[in-house]
Amino acid sequence: MNNRNLSFWLFLAPALLALTLVVFFPFIYGFIYSFTDWNGLTASKFIGLANYVEVFQDAEFLDAIVFTVLFAVVSIILVNILGLSLALMVTQKIKSNNLLRTVFFMPNLIGGLILGFIWQFIFVSAFSAIGDALGIEALQGWLSTTETGFWGLVILNVWQYAGYIMIIYIAYLQSVPQELLEAAEIDGASAFQRFWKVKFPLVAPAFTISLFLTLSNAFKLYDQNLALTNGGPFGSTQMLAMEIYNTAFSDYEMAYAQSKAVIFFILVAAVALTQVYYNKKREVDL
Amino acid sequence: MQNKKRNKLLIEISGLILAILWLTPFYLMVVNAFKTKKGIFSDILGLPEEGTFENFKQAFIDLDFIRSFFYSLFISVGSLALIIIFSSMAGYALARNKSKLSSGIFMVFVAAMLIPFQSVMIPLISLFGQVEMLNPAGLIFMYLGFGSSLSIFLYHGAMASIPVSLDEAATIDGANKWQIFWRIVFPMLKPISVTVMILNVIWIWNDYLLPSLVLSQETATIPLKMFFFFGQYTKQWHLALAGLTIAIVPVIIVYFFAQKHIIKGVTDGAVK
Repeated sequence: MNNRNLSFWLFLAPALLALTLVVFFPFIYGFIYSFTDWNGLTASKFIGLANYVEVFQDAEFLDAIVFTVLFAVVSIILVNILGLSLALMVTQKIKSNNLLRTVFFMPNLIGGLILGFIWQFIFVSAFSAIGDALGIEALQGWLSTTETGFWGLVILNVWQYAGYIMIIYIAYLQSVPQELLEAAEIDGASAFQRFWKVKFPLVAPAFTISLFLTLSNAFKLYDQNLALTNGGPFGSTQMLAMEIYNTAFSDYEMAYAQSKAVIFFILVAAVALTQVYYNKKREVDL
Repeated sequence: MQNKKRNKLLIEISGLILAILWLTPFYLMVVNAFKTKKGIFSDILGLPEEGTFENFKQAFIDLDFIRSFFYSLFISVGSLALIIIFSSMAGYALARNKSKLSSGIFMVFVAAMLIPFQSVMIPLISLFGQVEMLNPAGLIFMYLGFGSSLSIFLYHGAMASIPVSLDEAATIDGANKWQIFWRIVFPMLKPISVTVMILNVIWIWNDYLLPSLVLSQETATIPLKMFFFFGQYTKQWHLALAGLTIAIVPVIIVYFFAQKHIIKGVTDGAVK
């Protein structure tokens, strides 16, 4: 096929059309509208950078950024440590390793909304029942404070994604040649040394993928946030995606919300590109 | 050797304990769905003393489950069919055309993966609203738009292992591009089609945000209905948990039968 070939364009047309109408056109349209005072209904006028100036003085938006970044950092660390540990465990020659993989991965098949509701029950009702029974004060009133809301979201997120990240680490751990490990063992390397000096460098690409995935998941998280805390108490556990949604569909400040969405895009894209760049570089250095 | 055996057993046992811990949320959901409101209050962790199916009956009716299941199924199957047909065609065309324009278009598809949904959500809903496309058909088309990038990327990668000589031989035999693709190339892409299907169905079946902006009450999918249902029964956990259990059952059944494919699909999708 070449560019003048009609069939090339016919094969390409439906997907290209959908991508253009669903992603690119709204993206450009939204970028232009972020410089107006459009509210979704009435005609809009061009107001320059006013929305962007306002965004950086918007305490609610800035709080959401801080909360999201904190959540992302804590989640990334915990999800990856746990994901890698689970992967190391189920790649041992133990009888139940298939069963264990199945169990750890399971939460990923169920929607974030449903998982959020289940955990709401656990944090609110089950935690307080256990707290009563054992006399632990710290298990009372979960999700009613900013702090417990934060840790509730982290626990839910770690429980859900650790099994997903485990799958990625497993794929790389299994491609570590067995001879290398045996050779290291014969040379007297301890289990820890075999992990740190042999397996670890060889699974480096898995870090690129896993860090990127957990980071972008944390930034885009919405369903779990909605179902678990709905931003409460008093909007203090509102993450970026939810803040943008509420500005648009609760306050009907469409253009203003879109300027936040543009900043959101820049953040997500910048982080993703930096990460891919640095990890590629590191892999080459090794 | 003795030591090694003991270590294995230790790993195995800690793994099983962790797995039980992992499943606890599901256990609590299911056992409490069988209890009365009072039963949950008096004992949250144990098995129900006298199980009741009443919660499930009411949740099933209030979720309008048959109807919402049908819409979830219709939207998922419709979107998957379009994504598989059109992404494989595009992936094939882009892989077989070695020009700069072709690789430029491929890069555009890949770059689109960087755009998060929330960045296009507001104008997308506004634009589709203006042309009266906020309905199941419009939603399926949106899923094609959002799903095609990763799918084309995967198909494009898989094309590398299908030799061009096959195309050439078929051309000599008088087949046109359409026939070559559907009779020869597409069947060979079957493993990657399974991956594409799994990655997209997990996301589309569970998606809440986009359907909540596009669909009306009459065409609500399971997650959407779940949200309304839950709001209705905030303080009545026995009903809410029965509803959640009903919503999860179909997924668990599919997982049980297709777990090998699912885990392989997710691995391929993430690693490639």
